[in-house]
Amino acid sequence: MDDLIKYAPDLLAGFLKNVQLSVICAILSLIFGTILVAMRVSPTPVLRGAGAAYVNIVRNTPLTLVLAFSALGLSDTLGVTFSEEPSTNSFWLVVLGLSLYTATFVCEALRSGINTVPMGQAEAARAIGLTFFQSLRMIILPQAFRAVVAPLGSVIIAMIKNTTVAIAAGYLAESAFVMRDTFDETGVSIPIFVGIVIAFMIVTLPIGFFTGWLANRLAVAR
Amino acid sequence: MSARASVLFDAPGPRARLRNNILTLLGVVGIAAILYVVYARFDEKGQWEGRIWEPFLNPYTWTEHILPGLLNTLKAAGLGAVCALIFGAVFGLARLSDHRWVRIPAGAVVETFRAIPLLLLIFFLFFLAPDVFGPGDYTLVALVAGLTLYNGSVLAEVVRAGVRAVPRGQSEAAYAIGLRKGGVMRLVLLPQAVTAMMPAIVSQLVVLLKDTALGYIIAYPDLLNIGFQIIPATNFGSRIPAAIVIGIIYIGLNMALSGLATWLEGWSRRNRKTSARPVVPPGGAMETSGMAAGA
Repeated sequence: MDDLIKYAPDLLAGFLKNVQLSVICAILSLIFGTILVAMRVSPTPVLRGAGAAYVNIVRNTPLTLVLAFSALGLSDTLGVTFSEEPSTNSFWLVVLGLSLYTATFVCEALRSGINTVPMGQAEAARAIGLTFFQSLRMIILPQAFRAVVAPLGSVIIAMIKNTTVAIAAGYLAESAFVMRDTFDETGVSIPIFVGIVIAFMIVTLPIGFFTGWLANRLAVAR
Repeated sequence: MSARASVLFDAPGPRARLRNNILTLLGVVGIAAILYVVYARFDEKGQWEGRIWEPFLNPYTWTEHILPGLLNTLKAAGLGAVCALIFGAVFGLARLSDHRWVRIPAGAVVETFRAIPLLLLIFFLFFLAPDVFGPGDYTLVALVAGLTLYNGSVLAEVVRAGVRAVPRGQSEAAYAIGLRKGGVMRLVLLPQAVTAMMPAIVSQLVVLLKDTALGYIIAYPDLLNIGFQIIPATNFGSRIPAAIVIGIIYIGLNMALSGLATWLEGWSRRNRKTSARPVVPPGGAMETSGMAAGA
């Protein structure tokens, strides 16, 4: 317990980095995932193919490889850098890798939402004379979004837990690194581990409950 | 799909066809531009030189580095899969128990391990093992134990959902013909539940296979570690070709397994041996295949 109190400021600073990464990656991956799903369901075969190829390739690559590649391959070898400062640079590389990776799951969640809308809804919308954008705005998308609230919640929770893999991209400031660092100094400490785990639960559990509650409230009765 | 209607698009008329053709053109130009930027970047940094790609044509690289690494990855994934399936079956059934003193602790264990970031769990086990078992190499043990606890907990939820997906009439009928609790579970519920669970189980195994790459961080000599650290160390400059080669191996393995999951899902929808609908992995639609949880 003493270890936990002694290292609490370091651990908290590390955890705040995880929160920071989570917020930025959540926004970016939602935006990029929406663009991807627009490509995947577009009437244009080329865009559909490109979207499908991207999703299948990135989704089946381990996140550790994605992040290690963004640090050692993209930054060190190809010279894609965000900042002169190494820690800032690796922070943004993690954001890049994690957002590009999570976007594929966001895309698939949104797409499965569109797939839950029965064809009859679109046909009925056209039959009563709604234009394309009217039927999209009033009939299809509202039903699609309601179906994906809970899956999107799980995607975001998984992404928050995945921020710990940032260490693979050489970002040495967040919880996983701080925990390893303190273990190196003091040996393994159960209170420190439990403390970090509880910190993660404080963030993830409410998101799970909230999206679950929202999904039930918004569920489309069919 | 462009020729016929989908839920989002009507069958295109002449104007829509023109618009689609313009979109196609813009799409092709955009994708070509991105590919060109990547190509030019590679060119500028000398990544097309034959010298750095050559090691991958050399059988020595494969027999001495890539295949042993792949074997280590598969070993961790295989051990993890077997242990996780056992863990999942035990805790999934324990959560369905009629006894509160079994159900509640099992539920607590499953919910806890599902919420812990896997890498933190692996780190913790990795640092804990030498204190408990004495000095030694615990990379494989920590990796497999972490994979087991996390994926086993997810599988426990799949098992629970699978048994609950069997309609109530089945167990009522089984009780009515005089079977006991064990018999109802073993003879009626589980055979139908397993069929319904198969796709969700296989897609969770894809997650498990991808997560073995976390071994890289604790220096377990898996495919990622050998491909991304050792090969570029012995063949200077080959980091990008190495990433591409091992990336293709991982993607191939995972796509084969995902394909199996999709096929199993169709099969379990079509076949009449079960009255349960296929189980959706916890917290995800089938398309996401629970892979959202993967690292």
